[in-house]
Amino acid sequence: MNLSRKWLGEFVDISATDREYDEIMTIAGQKVETTTRLDAEIRNVRVGRVLSIVRHENSDHMWVCMLDVGEAEPVQIVTGAQNVRQGDLVPVAMHNSWLAGGKHITKGKLRGVESNGMLCSIQELGLTPNDFPDACTDGIWILNDEGAQVGQDINQVMGTDDSVVEFEITNNRSDCYSLIGLARETAAAFNVPLRLHEPVVKGGGPGVLPELLDVETPADDLCRRYTARMVRNVKIAPSPKWMRQRLRAAGIRPINNIVDITNYVMVEYGQPMHAFDYRYVRGGKIIVRRAGEDKTLTTLDGTVRNLTPDMLVIADETKPVGLAGVMGGENSEIKADTADVVFESANFDGTSIRKTALALGMRTDASAKFEKNIDPMLTLPAVNRACELVELLGAGEVVDGVIDILNEIPEPFELPLEPEKINRLLGTDIPEADMIDYLRREQIEVRDGMIQVPSWRPDLRRMADIAEEVARFYGYNEIPTTLMRGLTTRGGYSESQKLEALAGNAARAMGYSEIITYSFVSPTGLDRIRVPADDPRRNQIRILNPLGEDTSVMRTAILPSMLDILARNFAHHNKEAKLYEIGKIYLPVEGRELPEEPKRLVLGSYGTGDFYAIKGAVEEILTAVNAQKPVFEAVTDDPSYHPGRCAAVIIGGKRIGLVGQVHPLAAKNYEIDGDVYAAELDFTELMTVLAPEKTFKPLPKFPPTSRDLAVVCREEIEAGRLEACITAAGGRLLRSVELFDIYRGAGILPGYKSAAFSLVFRAEDRTLTDGDIEPAMDQILNALEKELGAVRR
Amino acid sequence: MKEQLERIRASALEALAQAKETSDLEALRVRILGKKGELTAVLKTMGKLSAEERPVMGQMANSVRAAIEEHLEQRRAELAAAALEAKLRAERLDVTVPGTAPELGHRHPMNIALDEVKDIAVGMGFRILEGPEVELAEYNFTKLNTEEGHPARDWSDTFYIRDDSSVLLRTQTSPMQIRAMEAIKTPPIRVLAPGRVFRKDEVDATHSPMFHQIEGLVIDKGVTMADLKGTLETFVKGLYGEDCVVRFRPHHFPFTEPSCELDVQCFKCHGEGCPTCKGEGWIELLGAGMVHPKVLETCGIDPEVYSGFAFGIGLERMAMRRFQISDLRLIFENDVRFLAQF
Repeated sequence: MNLSRKWLGEFVDISATDREYDEIMTIAGQKVETTTRLDAEIRNVRVGRVLSIVRHENSDHMWVCMLDVGEAEPVQIVTGAQNVRQGDLVPVAMHNSWLAGGKHITKGKLRGVESNGMLCSIQELGLTPNDFPDACTDGIWILNDEGAQVGQDINQVMGTDDSVVEFEITNNRSDCYSLIGLARETAAAFNVPLRLHEPVVKGGGPGVLPELLDVETPADDLCRRYTARMVRNVKIAPSPKWMRQRLRAAGIRPINNIVDITNYVMVEYGQPMHAFDYRYVRGGKIIVRRAGEDKTLTTLDGTVRNLTPDMLVIADETKPVGLAGVMGGENSEIKADTADVVFESANFDGTSIRKTALALGMRTDASAKFEKNIDPMLTLPAVNRACELVELLGAGEVVDGVIDILNEIPEPFELPLEPEKINRLLGTDIPEADMIDYLRREQIEVRDGMIQVPSWRPDLRRMADIAEEVARFYGYNEIPTTLMRGLTTRGGYSESQKLEALAGNAARAMGYSEIITYSFVSPTGLDRIRVPADDPRRNQIRILNPLGEDTSVMRTAILPSMLDILARNFAHHNKEAKLYEIGKIYLPVEGRELPEEPKRLVLGSYGTGDFYAIKGAVEEILTAVNAQKPVFEAVTDDPSYHPGRCAAVIIGGKRIGLVGQVHPLAAKNYEIDGDVYAAELDFTELMTVLAPEKTFKPLPKFPPTSRDLAVVCREEIEAGRLEACITAAGGRLLRSVELFDIYRGAGILPGYKSAAFSLVFRAEDRTLTDGDIEPAMDQILNALEKELGAVRR
Repeated sequence: MKEQLERIRASALEALAQAKETSDLEALRVRILGKKGELTAVLKTMGKLSAEERPVMGQMANSVRAAIEEHLEQRRAELAAAALEAKLRAERLDVTVPGTAPELGHRHPMNIALDEVKDIAVGMGFRILEGPEVELAEYNFTKLNTEEGHPARDWSDTFYIRDDSSVLLRTQTSPMQIRAMEAIKTPPIRVLAPGRVFRKDEVDATHSPMFHQIEGLVIDKGVTMADLKGTLETFVKGLYGEDCVVRFRPHHFPFTEPSCELDVQCFKCHGEGCPTCKGEGWIELLGAGMVHPKVLETCGIDPEVYSGFAFGIGLERMAMRRFQISDLRLIFENDVRFLAQF
């Protein structure tokens, strides 16, 4: 909502500067977005009188003028315009002045004659013929009839010696989408009187209203009130300068007196109005109904609108003549020869208007106001104000009487003023008398302890609402600041949150950086990681109104999100990337409205490391969260991973995740060259396989004994199986088994490999001897040979 | 003999001073103190001395030996120290060559900012809660006093999962207020619920269809608006320092009454108005308010007995300001050159 400070002056007297005004209004609850000085653009342009005008000696179309601009010496200016006469008042852009569009004027010579500025047209001053209908459009703007004074700043003539304040109006305050509403707020914030004006209509126009016009509202659920008056023998003309200037400041283009009046009243009262040309209202009948069978309507802007049956229209006997609350129809538009006018001042259902405007993509000033559900009590004063202005402008003759259909009018509402409860809620000690005074400043009366809530404040319905009004004018910043009392609560993180923090720390310690990716993804991500058509991950939650296909489903796998980011980094020529995310996936559950949202940890890298690097990272993360010891089993059939370089992470028999090289075809789908590694862990499941809390175990008293063991076995025997076999056969003295080398080549038959382990033996109660260790080594070797065909090298 | 001993002593000490290597010292020791050394040779002639002279000369010979041995040791230590010094100098490294530790990964700046908020909250007795991102309209809107037909419910603003508009992607973390009250039932309640939210905004420098909010909720007996102010001031000062200036101004949210927004005075211009604060002198930080009595009633909490406040912070805006990130798109682009800066 834009407010002209000059226009505001009609209702309240305040002397605050723009900055002070913004500050005080903002603090009182009407937040000012920006304030714009209207005279900021046109600078150093003055009214001048042409003292003399002679032909330029070197030109057959230019003139040399001497101008009185209110200074001691006249100013000489060369002009090419042909409409300037001696004695005329004209806008003079002085040396070092600024015109519309940032045009800078300085003195210079035109064909050898000094010119100390420029004479201006309305266009050069940023005006249109709508603003000054009498102004010359192809020459200098002659100000003789504009009441201008020599030497005056041109902004005063243009009416741009004004500031426009843009307010952010909150949803609950539809009353503030009007000048009167903001004047009321201003009066309350500054504690100054509010000058309101009761419209007075003389009337007496020819005819009897009920005989001329009949209004029906079959769609009474969408039309709370319909008020109409008629004006006859209308003389369409431009509206007066003061009205045009105020509309311009409000950001509305002046059209003609009747249309301008409807807009003027809309700004002033916040009540949208419409004017119909009576001759096109067939049968003198206005019917407020749903569009029903009517399929189209051409609106004022000349666009054919496709109607749906539910849209509310204003119709005559035969056809729609307006889109209720949004825009009038072209077929009943006010024209230069319009003689009789119907003023509509109605109150429509906000939701219906909003939906219509949205469906047709035409949010107008009117629909924007209606969608906030404005005060139904406004229609009558607004239509009377319009008629009063008609009479004031001499634009026509107002017919006596008003058509006023009241379908749904709010009951008067009162509620008790409860000072004690208000103070208890606010934590203040404000006297009752002060509270009553704050409300009085807002034009809200308290009678016998009961607050008489005005019709324009449907947001005031209970104590808390009144508390806010009291707080606003007491001052939010005057309320003390205290800390919460009462029972203390134990704050903290949940177990899973703590686990996430530990996992994240471990991932970063190993060089993986954290990413945040969208929860909604493209369904093609699953194709790119080569997920089969019948995979359960294909059962994704679809967003019915997505921004685009790329963000149309809730992810059921986190790997594509990671690969997207790796791919983007690759495309940005980043040599390497190591990334992780802990994020949700969204799994639909049969028979439930909401999906499960388990968390996944995903690691991803390219340009660095290998399978064992990312496997090591997974192992460290599992250690960091104190998971039980994992087992890694080769997975050869996951289509997203390299069939020879992928392992399932198994803990306590549960498959917790996967780690491996991303299948080269999947990497290719993301256009990443080179090996890509990834790991996915089910974080929610991981919570269920944690090791018991750590406790201290005494340090060993006796030294360990180490033995290295190298065995030769067939290539396909995995190191993990050798290790498991050694561990199982080693007996209770064997404390650890660690693989330290795998060798293939000279001395080893093709198809075989040598694996070397470091074994550590230790007893709790004595130092071990060869006699203790040899039997264990024999058992190990026996088992290796028998079970895996592995023999000592 | 006396002169002989004196000569040996003097020449030995001089030779010691000249010695450059530990091997010189050893040769010297053998030459003078060894079995065939000069001093030993002199001592062998002791037998020829008189009984009176013998102890005197013996004593003198011993003192000469002791002196030479002492100097020998001293010199040995000096040479060893010099040799070590020379060796260490030779081992000199270029200390400006970068270290070889593995490079640490980086926390996403959004989560750095979030962690700061969470830490302050936990210190004030808040529990950190998480909840569903695919949410019921009942929780996202209805129970938050946002009736049918409210613009926020439009399909142009909210992502919907079901035709009947009953399931959606949550547009705010505020449904966590309802979920917290329903789960905890009996106050006191102090929870902080950060998380992802979704709105139908096209991506640009300041908009993203997915972003993050942090919801706070406090319910107890006798909680006042003054408490809201005190708590939020504590929060903001924890984040931005003790000397930051805040102001509260009225605002409107359907689920709080009275409602407010909290601004911090612009850090750059201190309220004068500059491009950073768009000339306002203040920067909007968060929305808050006393929990609407209707919302309490909906959750089965008697507004005559309990009151409380709620607040919501936009995490992106906070993080962007904290790290002076100019474009929201960077946050979700996750370029390693961006991430490595935090």
